[in-house]
Amino acid sequence: MRSSWLRDKALPLAAWAVVLFLHIPLALIILYAFSAEDKSYVFPPPALTLQWFAVAWGRDDVWAAIRLSFSVAAFSTAIALVLGTLAAAALARARFFGRDVISLLLVLPIALPGILTGIALRSAYHTLEIPFSFWTIVIGHATFCVVVVFNNAVARLRRLNPNLIEASMDLGADGFQTLRYVVLPQLGSALLAGALLAFALSFDEVIVTTFTAGQQTTLPIWMLQELIRPRQRPVTNVVAVVIIALTFVPIVIAYTLTRADEPGHR
Amino acid sequence: MNTLALPAPRLSLRRQASNLLYRRRGLLLLALLGPVLLWFGVVYLGSLFALLANAFFRLDDFTGQVVREVGVGNFVALLEPANLDSAWRTIVMAVVVTLACTVLAFPLAYYMARRARGTQKALLYIAVMLPLWSSYLVRLYAWKLLLAKEGAISWVATKLHLQWLLDLVLTTPAVGGPSLSFSTLGTFIVFVYMWLPFMVLPIMASIERIPASTLEASADLGALPATTFRNVILPLAMPGVAAGSIFTFSLTLGDYIIPQVIGDSTLFIGQIVYRQQGVAGNLPFAAAFSLVPIVVIAAYLWFAKKRGAFDAL
Amino acid sequence: MSAAVSLDRVSCVFGTGPQAVRAVDGVDLEVGAGEFFTLLGPSGSGKTTVLRMIGGFTLPTAGRICIGGQDVSLQPPYARPVNTVFQDYALFPHMSVRDNVAYPLMVRKVARAQRESRADELLALVQLPGVGDRRPAQLSGGQRQRVALARALVGQPQLLLLDEPLGALDLKLREQMQSELKALQRRLGITFIFITHDQHEALSMSDRIGVFNKGRLEQVATPQQVYNAPATRFVAQFVGAANVLEGEVAQRLTGRAAAMLRPERITLGGEAQARARGNVSEVQYFGSFTRLRVDLGDTHLQADLPAGTAAPQAGQSVHLHWDDGALHALQST
Repeated sequence: MRSSWLRDKALPLAAWAVVLFLHIPLALIILYAFSAEDKSYVFPPPALTLQWFAVAWGRDDVWAAIRLSFSVAAFSTAIALVLGTLAAAALARARFFGRDVISLLLVLPIALPGILTGIALRSAYHTLEIPFSFWTIVIGHATFCVVVVFNNAVARLRRLNPNLIEASMDLGADGFQTLRYVVLPQLGSALLAGALLAFALSFDEVIVTTFTAGQQTTLPIWMLQELIRPRQRPVTNVVAVVIIALTFVPIVIAYTLTRADEPGHR
Repeated sequence: MNTLALPAPRLSLRRQASNLLYRRRGLLLLALLGPVLLWFGVVYLGSLFALLANAFFRLDDFTGQVVREVGVGNFVALLEPANLDSAWRTIVMAVVVTLACTVLAFPLAYYMARRARGTQKALLYIAVMLPLWSSYLVRLYAWKLLLAKEGAISWVATKLHLQWLLDLVLTTPAVGGPSLSFSTLGTFIVFVYMWLPFMVLPIMASIERIPASTLEASADLGALPATTFRNVILPLAMPGVAAGSIFTFSLTLGDYIIPQVIGDSTLFIGQIVYRQQGVAGNLPFAAAFSLVPIVVIAAYLWFAKKRGAFDAL
Repeated sequence: MSAAVSLDRVSCVFGTGPQAVRAVDGVDLEVGAGEFFTLLGPSGSGKTTVLRMIGGFTLPTAGRICIGGQDVSLQPPYARPVNTVFQDYALFPHMSVRDNVAYPLMVRKVARAQRESRADELLALVQLPGVGDRRPAQLSGGQRQRVALARALVGQPQLLLLDEPLGALDLKLREQMQSELKALQRRLGITFIFITHDQHEALSMSDRIGVFNKGRLEQVATPQQVYNAPATRFVAQFVGAANVLEGEVAQRLTGRAAAMLRPERITLGGEAQARARGNVSEVQYFGSFTRLRVDLGDTHLQADLPAGTAAPQAGQSVHLHWDDGALHALQST
């Protein structure tokens, strides 16, 4: 029957074809990083080599960009951790007027198109005559990273047995001691997952960054410049593979942490 | 059991603070939310306000400075043909990308929701998420290489003796360009690729929600599979489609990087905004133009809400 | 004997306006030092809120709470000489059992060696030696309950609050824990305030019982007094089965306006000097006794016949006897 052909053959075929479509470009990029060809988008690559990794290692501009991205991500994550956890502590259980509005406010920087957040910040810096600097980037990044930490923290806090906090206080620990001995240890893995996601997000972000960085070059901005005006294509390929690793690894760890944390998993 | 001598707790500053916060819960809330609200109020809302304000200012052509006088000059300039063209072009692209994503995502989403089981399903889920976890720019770069004249797609076309088809497509006006990697078609392909995962997951979620008994009932009442699909599955999957379309639509509207890297010389909204605030130094106009995607997205969100998209999120 | 705990016109109102809930309404209570006092009542009666106010988890909206003579009404839990055993035990999942029990000592900065040996002593006291290194998740419900108890006792509190601690245990374990808790309290001499909705538990364990209904204390008395001389109709019917007689019926059968008669005080006998006559409408066998429902025409009575007496069949006509002393006058509501 025609319908069973559709169901049993055509459907899985279509599904896996889409999956393939999603993954072939990535596989190709990894392949290209090893291509010996100078023009490097020639397909198929004539030979495979590791030489470009060495060349990329020697490129100072790449290292400068990595260093900048790293520090921006580190500071943004730190700020987002503090703000996100505070917000989660306030909103996890309390019911008060304006609670939903605040949740919306936290998610807006990520929900609205990056170009809007970018140009809004740009307008503010311009109007207040603030020159571009490391901090103008960090401020933007921290703002949209907050919600990532917030979501993880809130999810974990909601699962926390409120009796634990009462028990701790009952046994003689004041609010701060309870925070230190009971709440934070429970929150630990959620905060780590949130921090990793925030780091990856900040590391990879380009749109808001281009509006707030001025002349500075983060790794994504470096990549963007290479896309428009390529210098050494093979080096770009290598850097692309490095970026995949640097953003991919924290996300996978965060994903495993969140999965392991869920009830019923252990 | 003998008694243990326990040290008496000192009334330290920390204790006093804890006592105060315990008694006055409102104060605790303020302490927690204060820094957050301060940051978001000043940084985010403040900058949005600055954006709005700048949209009404204008640029003095002689001095190159922003004149802080309220006027609607920028909005009038928006109605110039070049700008309207660009806005229209961007919206059309957003719509077409959304449709293409829906068509491509549906089989995969349906398969994941109804056919895949256990490990296979988990594997597929990760397979869909994986591209999202890799860098946006790297994926863009990969396509740049793929679409290049000597790139993989060209090679495949040559091997299949379809080079003439590729050339034909490239010479089509409004779709083609000097090469795939500098064409509207190329831009379209990359957009679809980038946002596809965002469409798969909500559709999968809404199909998952259809109870198996509903489909069985439909078959039981004599409907052919095609009829069941058209009358039962498709309508019930619509909230998922609407949810996914919010992503694809707004992401396409606001993106200026893909058109810049892959596109031909025709400009999208995002590109104009970026150029105006940067090279041209006309921040007020850029600000005004950036409100266009917002208005369009807001209208689309309202429309999507009517379709029940938010239930599927 | 000075009062270990005293509540003076304590109220707790949640919310405001017309939807405000008076969870606790003007309660006066005094518990003596070393007493095993039980708060008894149905769900929503306010007993849990009273316990939470004594513990400091909920602050009263009116009235005063004193512990050991000190006014603690607005003090946080950590400032009060009270510890609590929670209904779900609330053991810290990320700490070992020993660290859980040693927690109160740790927050008071007692040295590690000292607090760990003390924790082990307490674990031995609750008959759980050797589980110190395990995690709470690895213990059974009964074991966790003992750990919670040990943890609440290690800080040497003046007062121990127990919030329906035996609710999650099965019957045999419950009964065992009931006698263990009672013995422990006798041995330690600490004041226990115990919450339960199970009247059997309350009767068997307590020195005194406070019966709650709709936010009010209806009676505070010894178990015997609560059972034999209930202050109100509610107490009469909540603690044990009762025949509550009011109005005309009460006048006819007892000569009083309102009275209570326990089913087990009714016996069957001959026609002579019978208090009432009726037809058996229902017979229920409970092993140690048989419960009859006797229809008297204008009312019915429950009679519990002990095992060994001949139980009539349904539909039979019977004559009921009881002593005057078995009657207890109730205030007519």
